[in-house]
Parts: sequence; structure tokens; C-alpha cells
Amino acid sequence: MMPALGHLALQLLQAVLLVMIAPVAAGFVRKLKARLQNRQGAPVLQPWRDLLKLFGKEVVLAEHASWLFRTAPYVVFTATVMAATVVPALWLATPLSLTADVIALVALLALARFFMALAGMDIGTAFGGMGASREMTFSALAEPAMLVSVLVLSLHAHSTNLTAMIDYTLHVQLALHPSLAFALAAMLMIALAENGRIPIDNPATHLELTMLHEAMILEYSGRHLALMEWAAQIKLVLFATLIVDLFLPWGIATAFDATSLAVAFGVWLAKLAVLFVLLSLVETGMAKMRIFEVPEYLNAAFMLAFLGLMTYYMLEVGV
Amino acid sequence: MSAALLHQLVNGLAALMLLVSFSLLAQHRMLAVLQWFAAQGVLLAATAALVAYGTGDSNLYISAVLALALKGLLLPWLLWRIVRELHVHREVEPLMNMALTMLIAIGLTLFAYYVIEPIERAAELLTRDSMAIALACVLLGMLMMITRRKAVTQVVGFLAIENALFFAAIGATNGMPMVVELGIAFDVLVAALIFGLFFFQIRSTFDTLEVEALHKPLVEEEEER
Repeated sequence: MMPALGHLALQLLQAVLLVMIAPVAAGFVRKLKARLQNRQGAPVLQPWRDLLKLFGKEVVLAEHASWLFRTAPYVVFTATVMAATVVPALWLATPLSLTADVIALVALLALARFFMALAGMDIGTAFGGMGASREMTFSALAEPAMLVSVLVLSLHAHSTNLTAMIDYTLHVQLALHPSLAFALAAMLMIALAENGRIPIDNPATHLELTMLHEAMILEYSGRHLALMEWAAQIKLVLFATLIVDLFLPWGIATAFDATSLAVAFGVWLAKLAVLFVLLSLVETGMAKMRIFEVPEYLNAAFMLAFLGLMTYYMLEVGV
Repeated sequence: MSAALLHQLVNGLAALMLLVSFSLLAQHRMLAVLQWFAAQGVLLAATAALVAYGTGDSNLYISAVLALALKGLLLPWLLWRIVRELHVHREVEPLMNMALTMLIAIGLTLFAYYVIEPIERAAELLTRDSMAIALACVLLGMLMMITRRKAVTQVVGFLAIENALFFAAIGATNGMPMVVELGIAFDVLVAALIFGLFFFQIRSTFDTLEVEALHKPLVEEEEER
């Protein structure tokens, strides 16, 4: 009984850690971007302060807001946190990642997105509806691409379970797998799109005709806004963790003891930091693309994921 | 270098070949098309050199050098000069939208895999896995030829087919006899030169490089009858 309790505690710790680190990560990316643009930038903890301030503020509701508008932030936040608990960050065999698989993960994220779009339309403003319609259009293209690129790995590991997939990558003999390279490239492109980072959407803007994410949550205030923003930050860390889990899992704890968990924590932070440095470089170096080019970008991601699938069958089945 | 690593490298190059063929099909701008075409030539040369190293067949080194010089450098440069001279370097105009073209391309790739798969199981060569990809690239080149309006892009499609066939030859038989390869190399060069002449002729006769202009007078004659 005791070890099971310990596992649950670790699962909880990991989830809390991921949720707590998310705003810091967002602040880290902002700071890096500011430094790259020769600005001083806000301190790394600024997003945390923003969140705390927002939680203390009064909620201003539009006259026509229904219960949907009021519940959506809680649903979005809960679904995102649930998704975050599925992804193993420190320890390989956390109880939840053993029960849920990648498809559940994608579904949880889709649920959050669905409610966000509903809330965007509920209030009846032009921006909300526009943002929701764009988000749904793009997610219809992004989700299959994400699923296919994850499925490439599932094919290798013969499982859609995250723990089994990571375990496979940890133990397989190192070799050149073109299919995994394609899947990684697709995954990176999707991660940029899903988190509304720069070639697709500008995370720093609040009033721009081409915005996506911000257009949907424009009407939110107070704790509702805080939950929505926090969920977006968690999603960024979740995607980063998922990418390092699937493609570079080395360092994650396989044994249940303090030293290997501490090492795993350090390695996880280091890997996230590297990914975020890359992200800020991409965001600084690229211009936002025209909104009508986004479907083409997502198509390219889907093509890459599909090429991964094809090359797996063509080149690697017999190997 | 171990045999397993060599096999993986050949497979990696084959995967890149497929990627380049897809990218070639997805490009909007003429310069980008020619750059990807050049990349295909360089990949071809790399594959030939690698297979030459793996099999110890020194003839293949010569074809690698030929591929690099002709397909990686000379032909793209030649085409780029023609494109600049004729001022057609802006947009590539596909007959149908890109997403549909890409879906067809996926279908063709699946078809190639379906056809080649039983043959692959019988083969023993270092490059056996890349045959399906070679066939897929041939089909993608054909798709490029039939879905483009301008003569220049159609010729790039044609040359891409030739590249893919060369790739298939390396994959299926570890390269053709030297005489055949030299012959093909110069054939392609001469073909490119003749295509260049054709471009200028089509341009000066019809004042456009759109291939549809070629059969317009014929259609009118038929209507007159």
C-alpha cells in the first residue's frame, strides 16, 4: 500500500510543479525575447505577479454572458491541468500516465479548446466569434498532424501509452530513424501553432486583427482571465515536456528514489530551458505569417508527419 | 563504417529524397523550385557516393561526381538563367490547389509502397528499402509535370523523374554500367539545352510560357471545320 501512496504523492508533486513552473517559463521566454531585442524586459516572475493580481480583481461580466462564459475558464484550466498530469516530467511510471494515453491527452486539449471557442462565441462580440472560428479552422488541421506525428512513435513502440513509448525510446539501440526526425519536425511546427507562438499568432498582442488566442479571451477579466492565461502557460510547458519526453527522454527517472528524481528534475529544467531558448530565437527571427498562409503551414506539418509514417513503413519495418 | 550504420545512412538519404520530392511539389516560387531541384541532385550524388563506398564499386564514384556537377549545379544554374532571361521567375501556377496536389501525392506514395513491397521482400541489396521511395519520387515528378502550367516547371518535373530513375537504378542494381550512365548524363544535358531552346521558341511564338497556349490554335482550327 505504501509505495502506491508514494507514487500518488509523486504524481501530485509533479503536476503541481508543472503548473507552478508554467508562469515562470512564460516569463523566461518573455525575458529572453526582450534581451534578444535589446530591451531590458520584465523580470522572470512577472507573469506570476500578473496572475496573483488578476486573481484579486473583480470579475466584470458582459450583460449577455451565460453560464457557459462563466464556467469555461474552469473547464479550460482543469482540462489543461489534467493533460499536464498525464505527461511524465520527472518519473517515468506515474500512475496517471500509465492509465491515460496520447489519444486521451489530445482529447483533453481538444476539450479545453472547444470550451474556449464556445466562450468566445457566447459573448456575441465580433472578435470572440472571429477568434473562435479561426481557432477551430486551424485546430482541424493541427490536431490530425499532431496525432499522426505521435503515432509514428507509437508505431515504433507498439503502444499509445506515453510511459511505454518513453520506455521504448530509452531502451532502444541508438540508430538513425528518418521517421522520428520527420515526426519531431512536425511536432515542433505543431507546438508553435498550438501555443499561438509567432509564425502563427503573436502572444504579445492584445489588439490586432489577426490575433487568434487573444481574440477569444478578450472579454475575460479578473480570475477568469487569470485562469485562461495560466492554462495557456501550462499548455506551453506541457508541449515542451511532451517533446522532450518523446524524442529526448534521457535523464528521466526510471527508479523511484530521491537521487534519480532530483537528477530528473534538473535534466528536465535544462531541457525545457534549451527548448525555450530555441523558441525565443525563432520568435525573434521570424515575422508573423499572413493568416491565410497558416493552413499551408499546418499542411506542411501534416505532410512531414505523414512522411514520417510512410518512411517508417518503407524503410524501418524490417530493420 | 559498420554495415548497419551504412544501411541507416542510405535509408536516411532515401527519406530525404522523398522529403525533397514533396517539397519540390509544394513550392510556389520559381527560385525555390530550382533550389529544391538542385538539392535533389546533391542528394543523388551523396547516395551514389555512399553506395559506392558500401559496395566498393569505383564506377559509382564517377557517377556521383557526374550527378553533383550536372544535376546539382549545372542544370539548376542553366534553368535559372533561362528563367531570368524570360522573366518568368515569379509565381509557379499550379492547375489545382496545393492541398489537393499534396493529397494526391500522398496517395501516389502509398501506391508506390503497395506495388514495391512484395519485391522488396525478395531483395538482398544494401539499398533494397529505397526502391519504394524511388518509385514514389518518379510518380511525384509525373504529378509535377501534369499539374503545372508553365513549361519551365514541367521540365523541372521531367528532370525530377530522371533523378528518381537514377536513384532507382542505384537502389535496384547498385548502378548501371558506366557506358549507360555516361550516355544518360549527356542525354539529360542535351535535353536540357534543347528544352532551353524550346522555351525561347514558345515564348517568341506565343508570347507566353503557358503550355495551354500551345494547343489553342489547333482547337480553333477544329472549330472552324
